Amino acid sequence: MSRVRTWLPGLLLVAPSIVAIGVFVYGMLGWNFRLAMTDKHDEVSEGRFVGLENFISLWDQPRWHISVNHAIMFTIAFVLGALVLGWFLAFLMEKGIRGEGTFRAIYLFPMAVSFVATGIVWRWLMNSGMEERAVGFNRLFDAIGLPQWQWFRDPDWGMAAMALPAIWQMSGYVMALFLAGFRGVPEELREAARVDGCTEWGVYRHVVLPLLRPVTLSALIILGHISLKVFDLIVAVSGKQIITDVPAVFMWVAVFDSHDPAKGATIASYIVLSVAVFVIPYLIWSVRRERRS
Amino acid sequence: MTAVAAGRRRASTGVRIGVLVVFVVVFLIPIYVLLVTSFKPLTEADPGQAWNLPRTWTVEAWRVAWEKLAPGLWNSVLLAVPGSLLSCALGSMNGYVLSKWRFPGADLLFTLFLFGMFIPYQGVMIPLVQLLVGLNELTGLQFYGAIPGLVLAHVVYGIPICTLIFRNYYVTIPDELIEASRVDGAGMLRTYWSVVLPVSGPAIAVVIIWQFTSLWNDFLFAVFLTGPQSWPATVMLNNIAGAQATPYSQQMAAAILASVPTMLIYVLLGRFFMRGLMAGALKG
Repeated sequence: MSRVRTWLPGLLLVAPSIVAIGVFVYGMLGWNFRLAMTDKHDEVSEGRFVGLENFISLWDQPRWHISVNHAIMFTIAFVLGALVLGWFLAFLMEKGIRGEGTFRAIYLFPMAVSFVATGIVWRWLMNSGMEERAVGFNRLFDAIGLPQWQWFRDPDWGMAAMALPAIWQMSGYVMALFLAGFRGVPEELREAARVDGCTEWGVYRHVVLPLLRPVTLSALIILGHISLKVFDLIVAVSGKQIITDVPAVFMWVAVFDSHDPAKGATIASYIVLSVAVFVIPYLIWSVRRERRS
Repeated sequence: MTAVAAGRRRASTGVRIGVLVVFVVVFLIPIYVLLVTSFKPLTEADPGQAWNLPRTWTVEAWRVAWEKLAPGLWNSVLLAVPGSLLSCALGSMNGYVLSKWRFPGADLLFTLFLFGMFIPYQGVMIPLVQLLVGLNELTGLQFYGAIPGLVLAHVVYGIPICTLIFRNYYVTIPDELIEASRVDGAGMLRTYWSVVLPVSGPAIAVVIIWQFTSLWNDFLFAVFLTGPQSWPATVMLNNIAGAQATPYSQQMAAAILASVPTMLIYVLLGRFFMRGLMAGALKG
């Protein structure tokens, strides 16, 4: 009884948050899944339970295939691009360099600005106007003798171009993560490896790189989950065009333009599932790791 | 160290700085474009001069952009200030309990909270709209389509990250301090108020910056949950820029205006901004 008295006040203090998370996160995810399993294809009908019908029939729609393919291409380009660039910048700075604080601040600042605001300038930079009408990168490339591009309007590689602003925005963050990782490697470990006759590259390969694995995993998870739900960047750069469609934009169209709640909920469910399959194992892993240490 | 080795090391440092400077230039290109274009008059808006500095500098675009964007900026203030303060209060209490006044199952609960940090908001969007519409009917107040509903959404979905930041910070307070307070007969709230809260400064700063930035920059919740009267700056900016007739100079001036508050926070409080980011990576 006295033990209950010691922890009960704490539980009471957290109770409002427990209720809020229960209702707004888990309750609404469940609500959304249930809606996705009904035939409520307009605003007024009741909606009967139809099981997984919507989840299957979505794959009959060409637009869904397009948006899934786009999401995959965007994710590959963005995650790889931000990871490699972020790692590279951290690698250049890891041993300490004059003016490091300034470099870090400049690489990080795009994170402070919204996708909507930067989307405006990137839409201009990646304008597909050619020849005399060229602005942005195309005008610049023309001036220095590089070929002009269609950028995000390219039917094949457009989504890779769309990843450029996202890489610009997030690679500074990845740099900061890796820099923290590099600095977390004890100097004694490196020294010991050198004494054992390792070359600088050997030290990096056998001592530093393995210790960077947790940081790399964190960065992958964060970038991946941003990528799968990407929305405001796409809207700000290209609007609701099919040529740059992704599931999150398709969902917006389903809800507001087609007025089809069940379809919107189905798309939303797929986005949730795609994030959950790798975030849940990651969370379990990282909580276990913390408990061990 | 031999002279050759020292020379090689100096050369490699030079190369590294050189590469870093090149990337600085690349990173600043969008900022250059934003600034330069925003000061151009309409007559210089032709593609041929796209990358040049303005020949005549004018703040005309800024004036128009300010006129168009001002209501949205004010809405964003009404959203971000109370929103981040409320998030801070909730996160602080949760973090305190989950690190220093634990109850059975606290670990499991914390993990369940954390998942909320990663859920794509699309997955709760439609039910959230329905719930807020229901609240409107039930209370007769404006939740859906107005700022209060948007604040509610941000505060609730901000609970996971705010709790995480405060919990990771409070873990570093020695348990003996809490024990001593208990021995002196202080209860949970008393201990929180006179022992924990006074040393919470850095965590409060991190959470306020983090939440202020994400509330200010949010677009998805705003576009689903607000109406024209309560559009925050991001939605209004998107609409201004989406209109074909709006000249580039005005679009870019408006984009800068909408970014001033978060940029200021970044410049003035960059260190705390950084800590908030690291907390987001699940590192203490």
